[in-house]
Amino acid sequence: MAFTREHDLHKRRWGRNAGLGLTLLAFVALVFGLTIAKVQRGDQMQGFDHTYQVERDPGARTGGAASQAAPEVSE
Amino acid sequence: MSDIQADITRQTRTGEAGFGDYVQLLKPRVMSLVVFTAMVGLLVAPVQLHPVETLAAVIFIALGGGASGALNMWWDADIDRVMKRTANRPIPSGAVASGEALGLGLALSGISVVMLGLATNWLAGGLLAFTIFFYAVIYTIWLKRSTPQNIVIGGAAGAFPPMIGWVAATGSFSLESVLMFALIFMWTPPHFWALALFMNSDYSKAKVPMLTVTHGRRVTRAHILVYTIALIPVALGAAFTSIGGPVYLGVALVLNTLFLIGAWRIWRRPEDAAEADKYAVEKRFFGLSLAYLFGHFAAFLVEATPFADSFAAWIGWGF
Repeated sequence: MAFTREHDLHKRRWGRNAGLGLTLLAFVALVFGLTIAKVQRGDQMQGFDHTYQVERDPGARTGGAASQAAPEVSE
Repeated sequence: MSDIQADITRQTRTGEAGFGDYVQLLKPRVMSLVVFTAMVGLLVAPVQLHPVETLAAVIFIALGGGASGALNMWWDADIDRVMKRTANRPIPSGAVASGEALGLGLALSGISVVMLGLATNWLAGGLLAFTIFFYAVIYTIWLKRSTPQNIVIGGAAGAFPPMIGWVAATGSFSLESVLMFALIFMWTPPHFWALALFMNSDYSKAKVPMLTVTHGRRVTRAHILVYTIALIPVALGAAFTSIGGPVYLGVALVLNTLFLIGAWRIWRRPEDAAEADKYAVEKRFFGLSLAYLFGHFAAFLVEATPFADSFAAWIGWGF
């Protein structure tokens, strides 16, 4: 009897590869979605990005605690 | 010829597992409970995450639960082979090699903890890591084969998911998260001891020191009743916190009454009567225990909806 492509081993291998491929795709999609969600929320991440940007610090605009707590940053 | 083919198939069966065999390693039925309770923990918390973050948190908590399931199957392959209930699991059946299960378990543990930490916060990631450690090492490797109180302490591992969900959303612990933990923790012993009553021969063969094996069925029946009585104040107490309310209290009253009646019947029952009807009462109690847990957590979810707030205001609920 020939060891044909239709053997159960091949079916299992194909199923495993397809399953893993779909799992990885889902993982990539999830990480992408997470990135979008976190970037959309934004928070204060650019307010202290290497150089202090006063225009991105809401505390500085209102004269609140955030601006007083901001460290002096020089280039 | 067919002998040769059969031989090839047998020799190459290991390492050529199907995708479903790996899914089975993650104990999907247990995972469904983890998904549900973790999701409730996330949704009833006072801080709401972005829907994608919520989805990611549930997935990674479930993945962590699956990882600990794979590690459990790796360690317990010898006793799974002996027990009828577990003989068809991927390792004893020869579908997956033992080392593959260990590798999968460790890899998924790392991925799930790191991804949950990145997606939500590191307290939640750390709690998930502790849960995996607790289930794989404290319960599976240490307690399961050494003490009849194995499932009492080991049950904590199954109780953590709603607490992880809560911590993922809020970044801290609270009374509510402890009560959700305690509800599952106290529910686990009666649930598993009811199973052990009608699966006793399996545990005896595998020499797992379940209470039924070491202390007998009479003592196990008494333990089911005692733990059920101890569970009731935990279940009802949650009604008077921020995650409870009148709807939850109503559901809890009904379910706890039914659960207590079931435990009382199990306690009163002589062994010969149980054998005569093939443990019908014990099997019914086991089924009820599943509905019990689902009902309480579903009620928590209902309490998180605006409908429940309106209902509470309408009846003048003061808590």
